[in-house]
Amino acid sequence: MGYLLHRLLLVPAPLLIVITFVFVVLRLTGDPVAIYLGQDATPEQEALLRAELRLDDPLPMQFLSFLGDLLQGDFGTSIQHRAPAMQVVAERLPATLELVALGLTFALVLGVLGGIAAALWRDRLPDFLLTALAVTGQSMPSFWLGILLIQLFALELDWLPTSGREDWQSAILPTATLAAFLLPNFVLVTRAAVLETMREQFLATARARGVGPVRALFRHVLPNALNPVVSLVGLQLGRLMGGAVVTETVFAWPGVGRLMVAAIFQRDVPVVIAGVFIVALTIVLANLLVDLVQAAIDPRIRLR
Amino acid sequence: MRRRLFGPNVKVGLGLAVVAAMVACAVLAPWIAPHDPYAQDLMARLRPPVWADRGSWVHPLGTDNFGRDLLSRLIWGSRLSIMVGLTAMVLAVSIGTTLGLLAGYLGGRVEQLVMRFADAWQAIPEILLAIVVVAVFGGGVPVLILVLGFAGWEVYTRVTFNLTRSLRERPYVEAALAAGARSSYVMWRHLLPQMAPVLSVIATLQVGQLILQETALSFLGLGLPPPTATWGNVLAEGRERLWVAPWIANLAGCAIILLVLGINLLGNGLREMLDPKRAER
Repeated sequence: MGYLLHRLLLVPAPLLIVITFVFVVLRLTGDPVAIYLGQDATPEQEALLRAELRLDDPLPMQFLSFLGDLLQGDFGTSIQHRAPAMQVVAERLPATLELVALGLTFALVLGVLGGIAAALWRDRLPDFLLTALAVTGQSMPSFWLGILLIQLFALELDWLPTSGREDWQSAILPTATLAAFLLPNFVLVTRAAVLETMREQFLATARARGVGPVRALFRHVLPNALNPVVSLVGLQLGRLMGGAVVTETVFAWPGVGRLMVAAIFQRDVPVVIAGVFIVALTIVLANLLVDLVQAAIDPRIRLR
Repeated sequence: MRRRLFGPNVKVGLGLAVVAAMVACAVLAPWIAPHDPYAQDLMARLRPPVWADRGSWVHPLGTDNFGRDLLSRLIWGSRLSIMVGLTAMVLAVSIGTTLGLLAGYLGGRVEQLVMRFADAWQAIPEILLAIVVVAVFGGGVPVLILVLGFAGWEVYTRVTFNLTRSLRERPYVEAALAAGARSSYVMWRHLLPQMAPVLSVIATLQVGQLILQETALSFLGLGLPPPTATWGNVLAEGRERLWVAPWIANLAGCAIILLVLGINLLGNGLREMLDPKRAER
Protein backbone atom coordinates (compact mmCIF):
# COMPACT_ATOMS: atom_id res chain seq x y z
CA MET A 1 0.00 0.00 0.00
CA GLY A 2 2.84 2.33 0.88
CA TYR A 3 4.38 1.75 -2.51
CA LEU A 4 1.09 2.41 -4.32
CA LEU A 5 0.60 5.69 -2.48
CA HIS A 6 4.17 6.77 -3.09
CA ARG A 7 3.85 5.93 -6.78
CA LEU A 8 0.50 7.74 -7.19
CA LEU A 9 2.10 10.93 -5.86
CA LEU A 10 4.49 10.91 -8.84
CA VAL A 11 1.70 10.93 -11.42
CA PRO A 12 1.06 14.69 -11.74
CA ALA A 13 4.73 15.71 -12.21
CA PRO A 14 5.15 14.97 -15.94
CA LEU A 15 1.72 16.41 -16.65
CA LEU A 16 2.56 19.59 -14.79
CA ILE A 17 5.79 19.89 -16.79
CA VAL A 18 3.90 19.49 -20.07
CA ILE A 19 1.28 22.07 -19.07
CA THR A 20 3.91 24.54 -17.89
CA PHE A 21 5.88 23.99 -21.08
CA VAL A 22 2.80 24.64 -23.22
CA PHE A 23 1.96 27.76 -21.20
CA VAL A 24 5.49 29.16 -21.45
CA VAL A 25 5.71 28.50 -25.19
CA LEU A 26 2.32 30.14 -25.78
CA ARG A 27 3.25 33.22 -23.76
CA LEU A 28 6.79 33.46 -25.16
CA THR A 29 5.42 34.53 -28.48
CA GLY A 30 3.99 37.63 -26.85
CA ASP A 31 0.43 37.50 -28.08
CA PRO A 32 -1.47 34.24 -27.68
CA VAL A 33 -4.57 35.84 -29.16
CA ALA A 34 -2.95 35.95 -32.58
CA ILE A 35 -1.98 32.28 -32.26
CA TYR A 36 -5.39 31.15 -31.15
CA LEU A 37 -7.44 33.14 -33.62
CA GLY A 38 -5.28 33.36 -36.72
CA GLN A 39 -5.11 36.34 -39.03
CA ASP A 40 -8.71 36.97 -40.01
CA ALA A 41 -10.16 37.57 -36.54
CA THR A 42 -12.35 40.58 -35.84
CA PRO A 43 -11.36 43.02 -33.05
CA GLU A 44 -14.47 41.90 -31.13
CA GLN A 45 -13.33 38.27 -31.18
CA GLU A 46 -9.89 39.35 -30.07
CA ALA A 47 -11.27 41.36 -27.16
CA LEU A 48 -13.45 38.46 -26.13
CA LEU A 49 -10.58 35.98 -26.14
CA ARG A 50 -8.32 38.48 -24.38
CA ALA A 51 -10.82 38.65 -21.54
CA GLU A 52 -11.34 34.90 -21.56
CA LEU A 53 -7.61 34.17 -21.31
CA ARG A 54 -7.29 36.94 -18.68
CA LEU A 55 -4.31 38.40 -20.47
CA ASP A 56 -4.41 41.53 -18.35
CA ASP A 57 -3.85 39.58 -15.12
CA PRO A 58 -0.32 39.02 -13.78
CA LEU A 59 1.42 35.91 -15.25
CA PRO A 60 1.10 33.62 -12.19
CA MET A 61 -2.65 34.31 -12.10
CA GLN A 62 -2.87 33.58 -15.81
CA PHE A 63 -1.07 30.31 -15.26
CA LEU A 64 -3.45 29.30 -12.48
CA SER A 65 -6.53 30.05 -14.56
CA PHE A 66 -4.95 28.20 -17.53
CA LEU A 67 -4.35 25.23 -15.24
CA GLY A 68 -7.89 25.48 -13.83
CA ASP A 69 -9.43 25.46 -17.30
CA LEU A 70 -7.44 22.39 -18.32
CA LEU A 71 -8.40 20.55 -15.14
CA GLN A 72 -12.05 21.16 -16.00
CA GLY A 73 -11.43 19.75 -19.46
CA ASP A 74 -11.76 23.16 -21.08
CA PHE A 75 -9.13 23.37 -23.81
CA GLY A 76 -10.92 25.97 -25.86
CA THR A 77 -12.80 25.59 -29.11
CA SER A 78 -11.33 24.02 -32.20
CA ILE A 79 -11.17 26.57 -35.01
CA GLN A 80 -11.28 23.90 -37.70
CA HIS A 81 -13.89 21.56 -36.26
CA ARG A 82 -16.05 24.18 -34.49
CA ALA A 83 -16.40 21.97 -31.42
CA PRO A 84 -14.71 21.76 -28.00
CA ALA A 85 -11.07 20.78 -28.65
CA MET A 86 -11.09 18.04 -26.04
CA GLN A 87 -14.13 16.43 -27.64
CA VAL A 88 -12.46 16.46 -31.07
CA VAL A 89 -9.38 14.76 -29.62
CA ALA A 90 -11.34 12.26 -27.52
CA GLU A 91 -13.17 11.05 -30.61
CA ARG A 92 -9.83 10.12 -32.19
CA LEU A 93 -8.37 8.48 -29.09
CA PRO A 94 -9.76 4.93 -29.60
CA ALA A 95 -8.04 4.62 -32.98
CA THR A 96 -4.70 5.61 -31.46
CA LEU A 97 -5.09 3.31 -28.47
CA GLU A 98 -5.96 0.43 -30.78
CA LEU A 99 -2.86 0.99 -32.90
CA VAL A 100 -0.61 1.44 -29.88
CA ALA A 101 -1.94 -1.66 -28.10
CA LEU A 102 -1.56 -3.83 -31.20
CA GLY A 103 1.94 -2.52 -31.96
CA LEU A 104 3.17 -2.90 -28.40
CA THR A 105 1.75 -6.43 -28.06
CA PHE A 106 3.41 -7.68 -31.22
CA ALA A 107 6.69 -5.97 -30.41
CA LEU A 108 6.70 -7.40 -26.91
CA VAL A 109 5.84 -11.00 -27.86
CA LEU A 110 8.13 -11.22 -30.90
CA GLY A 111 10.89 -9.23 -29.20
CA VAL A 112 10.95 -11.45 -26.11
CA LEU A 113 10.91 -14.62 -28.23
CA GLY A 114 13.68 -13.26 -30.45
CA GLY A 115 15.73 -12.18 -27.44
CA ILE A 116 15.42 -15.61 -25.81
CA ALA A 117 16.41 -17.32 -29.05
CA ALA A 118 19.43 -15.04 -29.47
CA ALA A 119 20.53 -15.71 -25.89
CA LEU A 120 20.13 -19.49 -26.17
CA TRP A 121 22.12 -19.61 -29.40
CA ARG A 122 24.63 -17.05 -28.19
CA ASP A 123 27.46 -16.29 -30.62
CA ARG A 124 26.05 -18.72 -33.18
CA LEU A 125 24.31 -17.91 -36.43
CA PRO A 126 20.78 -17.29 -35.02
CA ASP A 127 22.20 -14.83 -32.47
CA PHE A 128 24.26 -13.09 -35.12
CA LEU A 129 21.28 -12.77 -37.47
CA LEU A 130 18.86 -11.59 -34.77
CA THR A 131 21.33 -9.06 -33.35
CA ALA A 132 22.24 -7.78 -36.80
CA LEU A 133 18.57 -7.44 -37.67
CA ALA A 134 17.89 -5.63 -34.40
CA VAL A 135 20.73 -3.11 -34.93
CA THR A 136 19.58 -2.54 -38.51
CA GLY A 137 16.04 -2.04 -37.20
CA GLN A 138 17.31 0.57 -34.75
CA SER A 139 18.83 2.45 -37.68
CA MET A 140 15.71 2.27 -39.83
CA PRO A 141 13.48 5.34 -40.11
CA SER A 142 10.05 3.91 -39.27
CA PHE A 143 8.25 6.10 -41.81
CA TRP A 144 10.42 4.62 -44.56
CA LEU A 145 9.62 1.10 -43.38
CA GLY A 146 5.93 2.01 -43.57
CA ILE A 147 6.41 3.32 -47.11
CA LEU A 148 8.31 0.17 -48.13
CA LEU A 149 5.48 -1.98 -46.78
CA ILE A 150 2.95 0.10 -48.73
CA GLN A 151 5.00 -0.33 -51.91
CA LEU A 152 5.26 -4.09 -51.48
CA PHE A 153 1.92 -5.19 -50.01
CA ALA A 154 -0.41 -2.49 -51.29
CA LEU A 155 1.00 -1.26 -54.60
CA GLU A 156 2.88 -4.31 -55.95
CA LEU A 157 0.93 -7.25 -54.55
CA ASP A 158 -2.36 -5.43 -53.95
CA TRP A 159 -3.07 -7.57 -50.88
CA LEU A 160 -3.68 -4.84 -48.32
CA PRO A 161 -5.07 -1.28 -48.40
CA THR A 162 -2.54 1.59 -48.51
CA SER A 163 -4.23 3.61 -45.79
CA GLY A 164 -7.31 4.32 -43.70
CA ARG A 165 -9.03 2.35 -40.95
CA GLU A 166 -11.90 0.27 -42.25
CA ASP A 167 -11.57 -3.46 -41.59
CA TRP A 168 -8.95 -5.55 -39.79
CA GLN A 169 -6.82 -5.70 -42.93
CA SER A 170 -6.16 -1.98 -42.85
CA ALA A 171 -4.63 -2.40 -39.38
CA ILE A 172 -1.97 -4.89 -40.52
CA LEU A 173 0.58 -2.57 -42.09
CA PRO A 174 0.34 0.18 -39.44
CA THR A 175 0.67 -2.42 -36.68
CA ALA A 176 3.68 -4.01 -38.38
CA THR A 177 5.34 -0.61 -38.81
CA LEU A 178 4.84 0.44 -35.21
CA ALA A 179 5.83 -2.98 -33.85
CA ALA A 180 9.01 -2.99 -35.94
CA PHE A 181 9.89 0.41 -34.49
CA LEU A 182 9.92 -1.00 -30.94
CA LEU A 183 10.99 -4.58 -31.66
CA PRO A 184 14.80 -4.13 -31.81
CA ASN A 185 15.04 -2.80 -28.25
CA PHE A 186 12.97 -5.66 -26.89
CA VAL A 187 15.17 -8.22 -28.66
CA LEU A 188 18.40 -6.69 -27.39
CA VAL A 189 17.21 -6.10 -23.80
CA THR A 190 15.67 -9.58 -23.48
CA ARG A 191 18.84 -11.13 -24.86
CA ALA A 192 21.00 -9.26 -22.35
CA ALA A 193 18.64 -10.00 -19.45
CA VAL A 194 18.49 -13.74 -20.21
CA LEU A 195 22.27 -13.97 -20.57
CA GLU A 196 22.69 -12.08 -17.32
CA THR A 197 20.36 -14.44 -15.45
CA MET A 198 22.04 -17.50 -16.92
CA ARG A 199 25.27 -16.50 -15.15
CA GLU A 200 23.61 -16.43 -11.74
CA GLN A 201 24.62 -18.86 -9.03
CA PHE A 202 21.10 -20.05 -8.37
CA LEU A 203 20.84 -21.35 -11.90
CA ALA A 204 23.99 -23.43 -11.55
CA THR A 205 22.58 -24.75 -8.26
CA ALA A 206 19.27 -25.65 -9.83
CA ARG A 207 20.98 -27.39 -12.74
CA ALA A 208 23.24 -29.29 -10.31
CA ARG A 209 20.14 -30.39 -8.42
CA GLY A 210 19.04 -32.07 -11.61
CA VAL A 211 16.58 -29.49 -13.00
CA GLY A 212 16.30 -30.03 -16.75
CA PRO A 213 17.23 -27.27 -19.24
CA VAL A 214 13.63 -26.55 -20.30
CA ARG A 215 12.33 -26.35 -16.76
CA ALA A 216 15.34 -24.25 -15.74
CA LEU A 217 14.54 -21.81 -18.54
CA PHE A 218 10.87 -21.42 -17.68
CA ARG A 219 11.04 -21.63 -13.89
CA HIS A 220 14.33 -19.94 -13.14
CA VAL A 221 15.66 -17.86 -16.02
CA LEU A 222 12.58 -16.23 -17.53
CA PRO A 223 10.88 -15.02 -14.31
CA ASN A 224 14.08 -13.27 -13.34
CA ALA A 225 14.79 -11.91 -16.80
CA LEU A 226 11.30 -10.48 -17.05
CA ASN A 227 11.96 -7.47 -14.85
CA PRO A 228 14.23 -5.49 -17.20
CA VAL A 229 11.84 -6.23 -20.06
CA VAL A 230 8.86 -4.80 -18.13
CA SER A 231 10.98 -1.75 -17.23
CA LEU A 232 11.71 -1.31 -20.90
CA VAL A 233 7.99 -1.20 -21.67
CA GLY A 234 7.74 1.79 -19.33
CA LEU A 235 10.78 3.47 -20.87
CA GLN A 236 9.47 2.89 -24.38
CA LEU A 237 6.04 4.44 -23.85
CA GLY A 238 7.19 7.87 -24.99
CA ARG A 239 8.80 6.41 -28.13
CA LEU A 240 5.67 4.34 -28.67
CA MET A 241 3.42 7.41 -28.76
CA GLY A 242 5.93 9.27 -30.92
CA GLY A 243 6.06 6.30 -33.29
CA ALA A 244 2.25 6.29 -33.36
CA VAL A 245 2.20 9.91 -34.58
CA VAL A 246 4.52 9.00 -37.46
CA THR A 247 2.73 5.74 -38.28
CA GLU A 248 -0.69 7.42 -38.28
CA THR A 249 0.60 10.03 -40.70
CA VAL A 250 2.10 7.46 -43.09
CA PHE A 251 -1.05 5.32 -43.20
CA ALA A 252 -3.67 8.09 -42.81
CA TRP A 253 -4.79 6.32 -39.63
CA PRO A 254 -7.46 8.57 -38.06
CA GLY A 255 -5.92 8.90 -34.60
CA VAL A 256 -4.78 11.67 -32.27
CA GLY A 257 -1.31 11.88 -33.82
CA ARG A 258 -2.51 12.58 -37.32
CA LEU A 259 -5.09 15.01 -35.91
CA MET A 260 -2.36 16.98 -34.11
CA VAL A 261 -0.09 17.14 -37.17
CA ALA A 262 -3.01 18.33 -39.29
CA ALA A 263 -4.00 20.84 -36.59
CA ILE A 264 -0.53 22.41 -36.74
CA PHE A 265 -0.95 23.19 -40.42
CA GLN A 266 -4.46 24.54 -39.81
CA ARG A 267 -3.10 26.69 -36.94
CA ASP A 268 -5.69 25.02 -34.70
CA VAL A 269 -3.83 25.55 -31.42
CA PRO A 270 -6.57 24.36 -29.00
CA VAL A 271 -6.62 20.95 -30.70
CA VAL A 272 -2.81 20.76 -30.58
CA ILE A 273 -2.80 21.48 -26.85
CA ALA A 274 -5.64 19.06 -26.09
CA GLY A 275 -3.88 16.37 -28.14
CA VAL A 276 -0.55 16.91 -26.43
CA PHE A 277 -2.26 16.75 -23.04
CA ILE A 278 -4.11 13.53 -23.86
CA VAL A 279 -0.99 11.83 -25.20
CA ALA A 280 1.00 12.88 -22.14
CA LEU A 281 -1.81 11.64 -19.87
CA THR A 282 -1.86 8.29 -21.69
CA ILE A 283 1.88 7.90 -21.22
CA VAL A 284 1.73 8.79 -17.53
CA LEU A 285 -1.14 6.40 -16.79
CA ALA A 286 0.46 3.60 -18.79
CA ASN A 287 3.69 4.19 -16.91
CA LEU A 288 1.80 3.87 -13.63
CA LEU A 289 0.35 0.58 -14.84
CA VAL A 290 3.79 -0.71 -15.81
CA ASP A 291 5.20 0.18 -12.40
CA LEU A 292 2.34 -1.55 -10.61
CA VAL A 293 2.76 -4.68 -12.75
CA GLN A 294 6.44 -4.63 -11.95
CA ALA A 295 5.79 -4.29 -8.24
CA ALA A 296 3.33 -7.19 -8.46
CA ILE A 297 5.80 -9.55 -10.12
CA ASP A 298 8.88 -8.45 -8.17
CA PRO A 299 8.54 -8.16 -4.37
CA ARG A 300 11.94 -6.44 -4.17
CA ILE A 301 10.39 -3.31 -5.67
CA ARG A 302 7.29 -2.96 -3.51
CA LEU A 303 9.16 -3.73 -0.29
CA ARG A 304 11.99 -1.29 -0.96
CA MET B 1 35.65 -18.19 -25.26
CA ARG B 2 34.04 -18.77 -28.60
CA ARG B 3 35.15 -16.52 -31.39
CA ARG B 4 32.66 -13.79 -32.09
CA LEU B 5 31.47 -13.44 -35.64
CA PHE B 6 31.63 -9.68 -35.55
CA GLY B 7 34.10 -8.24 -33.02
CA PRO B 8 34.34 -4.66 -31.76
CA ASN B 9 37.27 -3.86 -34.07
CA VAL B 10 35.29 -4.78 -37.15
CA LYS B 11 32.31 -2.76 -35.94
CA VAL B 12 34.33 0.35 -35.17
CA GLY B 13 36.25 0.07 -38.45
CA LEU B 14 33.16 -0.41 -40.57
CA GLY B 15 31.14 2.22 -38.70
CA LEU B 16 33.96 4.74 -38.87
CA ALA B 17 34.42 4.18 -42.61
CA VAL B 18 30.74 4.76 -43.35
CA VAL B 19 30.44 7.79 -41.06
CA ALA B 20 33.69 9.34 -42.33
CA ALA B 21 32.60 8.91 -45.95
CA MET B 22 29.24 10.52 -45.32
CA VAL B 23 30.66 13.36 -43.26
CA ALA B 24 33.19 13.98 -46.06
CA CYS B 25 30.32 14.14 -48.57
CA ALA B 26 28.47 16.58 -46.35
CA VAL B 27 31.48 18.85 -45.86
CA LEU B 28 32.41 18.77 -49.54
CA ALA B 29 28.82 19.19 -50.75
CA PRO B 30 29.42 22.44 -52.71
CA TRP B 31 32.25 20.79 -54.68
CA ILE B 32 31.03 17.23 -55.21
CA ALA B 33 27.29 17.71 -55.73
CA PRO B 34 26.82 17.49 -59.51
CA HIS B 35 23.97 20.04 -59.61
CA ASP B 36 22.38 22.82 -57.59
CA PRO B 37 19.96 20.98 -55.25
CA TYR B 38 17.31 23.64 -55.86
CA ALA B 39 17.71 24.08 -59.63
CA GLN B 40 14.51 22.96 -61.34
CA ASP B 41 14.58 21.47 -64.83
CA LEU B 42 11.01 20.82 -65.88
CA MET B 43 12.18 19.10 -69.06
CA ALA B 44 13.88 16.43 -66.95
CA ARG B 45 11.19 15.57 -64.39
CA LEU B 46 11.12 12.19 -62.61
CA ARG B 47 14.16 10.75 -64.43
CA PRO B 48 15.05 7.30 -63.04
CA PRO B 49 18.49 6.47 -61.62
CA VAL B 50 21.35 5.44 -63.90
CA TRP B 51 20.86 1.67 -63.43
CA ALA B 52 17.25 1.83 -64.65
CA ASP B 53 16.22 1.69 -68.32
CA ARG B 54 15.97 5.38 -69.09
CA GLY B 55 18.63 6.49 -66.61
CA SER B 56 21.65 8.57 -67.53
CA TRP B 57 24.85 9.75 -65.89
CA VAL B 58 23.65 13.36 -66.04
CA HIS B 59 21.46 12.58 -63.01
CA PRO B 60 23.05 9.46 -61.43
CA LEU B 61 20.21 8.96 -58.92
CA GLY B 62 17.49 10.45 -61.10
CA THR B 63 15.40 13.56 -60.54
CA ASP B 64 12.29 14.49 -58.57
CA ASN B 65 8.97 15.95 -59.61
CA PHE B 66 10.51 19.37 -60.31
CA GLY B 67 13.48 17.92 -62.19
CA ARG B 68 15.82 18.59 -59.27
CA ASP B 69 18.86 16.30 -59.12
CA LEU B 70 18.28 13.69 -56.40
CA LEU B 71 21.96 12.95 -55.70
CA SER B 72 22.64 16.64 -55.10
CA ARG B 73 19.61 16.95 -52.84
CA LEU B 74 20.71 13.93 -50.81
CA ILE B 75 24.28 15.23 -50.49
CA TRP B 76 23.07 18.63 -49.32
CA GLY B 77 20.49 16.96 -47.10
CA SER B 78 23.25 15.04 -45.30
CA ARG B 79 24.75 18.39 -44.30
CA LEU B 80 21.62 19.50 -42.49
CA SER B 81 21.00 16.13 -40.86
CA ILE B 82 24.56 15.78 -39.56
CA MET B 83 24.71 19.40 -38.45
CA VAL B 84 21.39 19.28 -36.61
CA GLY B 85 22.22 15.89 -35.04
CA LEU B 86 25.63 17.02 -33.79
CA THR B 87 24.55 20.41 -32.43
CA ALA B 88 21.49 18.98 -30.70
CA MET B 89 23.73 16.32 -29.14
CA VAL B 90 26.18 18.96 -27.87
CA LEU B 91 23.28 20.89 -26.36
CA ALA B 92 21.86 17.76 -24.70
CA VAL B 93 25.30 16.77 -23.34
CA SER B 94 25.94 20.24 -21.94
CA ILE B 95 22.62 20.48 -20.14
CA GLY B 96 22.56 16.86 -19.04
CA THR B 97 26.11 16.55 -17.66
CA THR B 98 25.92 19.91 -15.88
CA LEU B 99 22.73 18.94 -14.08
CA GLY B 100 23.98 15.42 -13.36
CA LEU B 101 27.30 16.69 -11.98
CA LEU B 102 25.57 19.21 -9.74
CA ALA B 103 22.98 16.71 -8.51
CA GLY B 104 25.59 14.03 -7.79
CA TYR B 105 28.12 16.41 -6.23
CA LEU B 106 25.80 18.54 -4.12
CA GLY B 107 23.23 15.90 -3.20
CA GLY B 108 20.34 16.84 -0.91
CA ARG B 109 17.64 19.10 -2.28
CA VAL B 110 19.39 19.75 -5.58
CA GLU B 111 19.64 16.01 -6.16
CA GLN B 112 15.95 15.48 -5.36
CA LEU B 113 14.85 18.32 -7.59
CA VAL B 114 17.05 17.43 -10.58
CA MET B 115 16.50 13.70 -10.50
CA ARG B 116 12.73 13.89 -10.01
CA PHE B 117 12.61 16.38 -12.85
CA ALA B 118 14.64 14.02 -15.02
CA ASP B 119 12.26 11.17 -14.18
CA ALA B 120 9.24 13.23 -15.17
CA TRP B 121 10.95 14.57 -18.30
CA GLN B 122 11.77 11.06 -19.44
CA ALA B 123 8.05 10.33 -19.82
CA ILE B 124 7.54 13.13 -22.37
CA PRO B 125 8.33 12.18 -25.97
CA GLU B 126 10.36 14.71 -27.97
CA ILE B 127 7.74 14.65 -30.70
CA LEU B 128 5.18 16.23 -28.33
CA LEU B 129 7.58 19.05 -27.48
CA ALA B 130 8.25 19.51 -31.19
CA ILE B 131 4.54 19.61 -31.97
CA VAL B 132 3.91 22.35 -29.38
CA VAL B 133 6.90 24.44 -30.41
CA VAL B 134 6.33 24.13 -34.14
CA ALA B 135 2.60 24.82 -33.74
CA VAL B 136 3.48 28.13 -32.11
CA PHE B 137 6.78 29.22 -33.68
CA GLY B 138 6.91 27.29 -36.96
CA GLY B 139 9.83 25.12 -38.10
CA GLY B 140 13.45 26.04 -38.79
CA VAL B 141 17.00 24.93 -38.00
CA PRO B 142 17.36 26.70 -34.61
CA VAL B 143 13.92 25.49 -33.45
CA LEU B 144 14.77 21.93 -34.47
CA ILE B 145 18.13 21.98 -32.67
CA LEU B 146 16.61 23.45 -29.50
CA VAL B 147 13.72 20.98 -29.42
CA LEU B 148 15.89 17.91 -30.03
CA GLY B 149 18.62 19.10 -27.66
CA PHE B 150 16.21 19.92 -24.86
CA ALA B 151 14.39 16.64 -25.38
CA GLY B 152 17.48 14.46 -24.97
CA TRP B 153 19.42 15.76 -21.95
CA GLU B 154 18.09 13.45 -19.30
CA VAL B 155 20.14 10.35 -20.28
CA TYR B 156 23.33 12.25 -19.51
CA THR B 157 21.98 13.52 -16.19
CA ARG B 158 21.26 9.97 -15.08
CA VAL B 159 24.67 8.62 -16.11
CA THR B 160 26.67 11.59 -14.82
CA PHE B 161 24.77 11.54 -11.55
CA ASN B 162 25.53 7.88 -10.88
CA LEU B 163 29.18 8.22 -11.90
CA THR B 164 29.66 11.37 -9.81
CA ARG B 165 28.28 9.65 -6.76
CA SER B 166 30.74 6.78 -7.04
CA LEU B 167 33.75 8.87 -8.15
CA ARG B 168 33.29 11.41 -5.34
CA GLU B 169 34.39 8.84 -2.80
CA ARG B 170 37.67 8.10 -4.59
CA PRO B 171 40.86 9.01 -2.69
CA TYR B 172 42.19 11.34 -5.39
CA VAL B 173 39.04 13.44 -5.22
CA GLU B 174 39.19 13.65 -1.45
CA ALA B 175 42.89 14.47 -1.71
CA ALA B 176 42.19 17.30 -4.15
CA LEU B 177 39.49 18.69 -1.89
CA ALA B 178 41.71 18.37 1.19
CA ALA B 179 44.45 20.25 -0.68
CA GLY B 180 42.02 23.14 -1.04
CA ALA B 181 40.76 22.64 -4.60
CA ARG B 182 37.46 24.32 -5.33
CA SER B 183 34.42 22.19 -6.15
CA SER B 184 34.20 23.52 -9.67
CA TYR B 185 37.87 22.62 -10.25
CA VAL B 186 37.32 19.10 -8.94
CA MET B 187 34.28 18.61 -11.14
CA TRP B 188 35.99 19.93 -14.25
CA ARG B 189 39.46 18.42 -13.80
CA HIS B 190 38.82 15.21 -11.87
CA LEU B 191 35.27 14.06 -12.39
CA LEU B 192 34.45 14.95 -15.99
CA PRO B 193 37.58 13.42 -17.59
CA GLN B 194 36.78 10.12 -15.87
CA MET B 195 33.32 10.12 -17.39
CA ALA B 196 34.31 11.23 -20.86
CA PRO B 197 34.64 7.73 -22.39
CA VAL B 198 31.22 6.54 -21.20
CA LEU B 199 29.57 9.82 -22.15
CA SER B 200 31.13 9.80 -25.60
CA VAL B 201 29.74 6.34 -26.35
CA ILE B 202 26.26 7.44 -25.34
CA ALA B 203 26.67 10.65 -27.31
CA THR B 204 27.73 8.76 -30.44
CA LEU B 205 24.69 6.52 -30.29
CA GLN B 206 22.47 9.52 -29.55
CA VAL B 207 23.57 11.35 -32.69
CA GLY B 208 22.15 8.46 -34.71
CA GLN B 209 18.83 8.65 -32.87
CA LEU B 210 18.72 12.45 -33.20
CA ILE B 211 19.22 12.16 -36.95
CA LEU B 212 16.34 9.69 -37.10
CA GLN B 213 14.17 12.08 -35.09
CA GLU B 214 15.14 15.03 -37.28
CA THR B 215 14.24 13.15 -40.46
CA ALA B 216 10.95 12.01 -38.87
CA LEU B 217 10.06 15.60 -37.93
CA SER B 218 10.95 16.83 -41.42
CA PHE B 219 8.88 14.01 -42.87
CA LEU B 220 5.88 15.09 -40.78
CA GLY B 221 6.38 18.65 -41.99
CA LEU B 222 7.50 19.83 -38.54
CA GLY B 223 11.17 20.22 -39.42
CA LEU B 224 12.58 22.42 -42.12
CA PRO B 225 9.94 23.64 -44.53
CA PRO B 226 10.16 22.59 -48.22
CA PRO B 227 11.87 23.15 -50.59
CA THR B 228 14.82 22.79 -48.17
CA ALA B 229 16.82 19.75 -49.18
CA THR B 230 16.58 17.45 -46.14
CA TRP B 231 16.34 13.69 -46.17
CA GLY B 232 12.97 13.80 -44.46
CA ASN B 233 11.61 16.26 -47.02
CA VAL B 234 12.89 14.23 -49.97
CA LEU B 235 11.23 11.14 -48.50
CA ALA B 236 7.96 12.99 -47.88
CA GLU B 237 7.96 14.31 -51.47
CA GLY B 238 8.83 10.87 -52.81
CA ARG B 239 5.91 9.40 -50.92
CA GLU B 240 3.54 11.36 -53.16
CA ARG B 241 5.06 9.70 -56.23
CA LEU B 242 5.42 6.09 -55.10
CA TRP B 243 3.71 4.67 -58.19
CA VAL B 244 5.76 6.51 -60.79
CA ALA B 245 9.02 7.21 -58.99
CA PRO B 246 9.57 4.89 -56.02
CA TRP B 247 13.31 5.50 -56.15
CA ILE B 248 12.95 9.00 -54.69
CA ALA B 249 11.59 7.83 -51.33
CA ASN B 250 13.71 4.69 -51.28
CA LEU B 251 17.06 6.33 -52.05
CA ALA B 252 16.43 8.91 -49.31
CA GLY B 253 15.58 6.03 -46.96
CA CYS B 254 18.83 4.26 -47.94
CA ALA B 255 20.84 7.40 -47.19
CA ILE B 256 19.31 7.68 -43.70
CA ILE B 257 19.71 4.02 -42.77
CA LEU B 258 23.31 3.93 -44.06
CA LEU B 259 24.43 6.88 -41.92
CA VAL B 260 22.53 5.81 -38.79
CA LEU B 261 23.70 2.20 -39.13
CA GLY B 262 27.29 3.45 -39.44
CA ILE B 263 26.87 5.54 -36.29
CA ASN B 264 25.25 2.64 -34.40
CA LEU B 265 28.04 0.23 -35.41
CA LEU B 266 30.64 2.76 -34.31
CA GLY B 267 28.89 3.40 -30.98
CA ASN B 268 28.28 -0.28 -30.21
CA GLY B 269 31.85 -1.16 -31.15
CA LEU B 270 33.25 1.61 -28.94
CA ARG B 271 31.10 0.42 -26.06
CA GLU B 272 32.41 -3.12 -26.41
CA MET B 273 36.01 -1.89 -26.53
CA LEU B 274 35.46 0.23 -23.45
CA ASP B 275 33.83 -2.53 -21.45
CA PRO B 276 34.88 -5.88 -22.93
CA LYS B 277 33.55 -7.86 -19.99
CA ARG B 278 30.02 -6.57 -20.35
CA ALA B 279 29.97 -6.83 -24.11
CA GLU B 280 31.13 -10.43 -23.98
CA ARG B 281 27.84 -11.49 -22.45
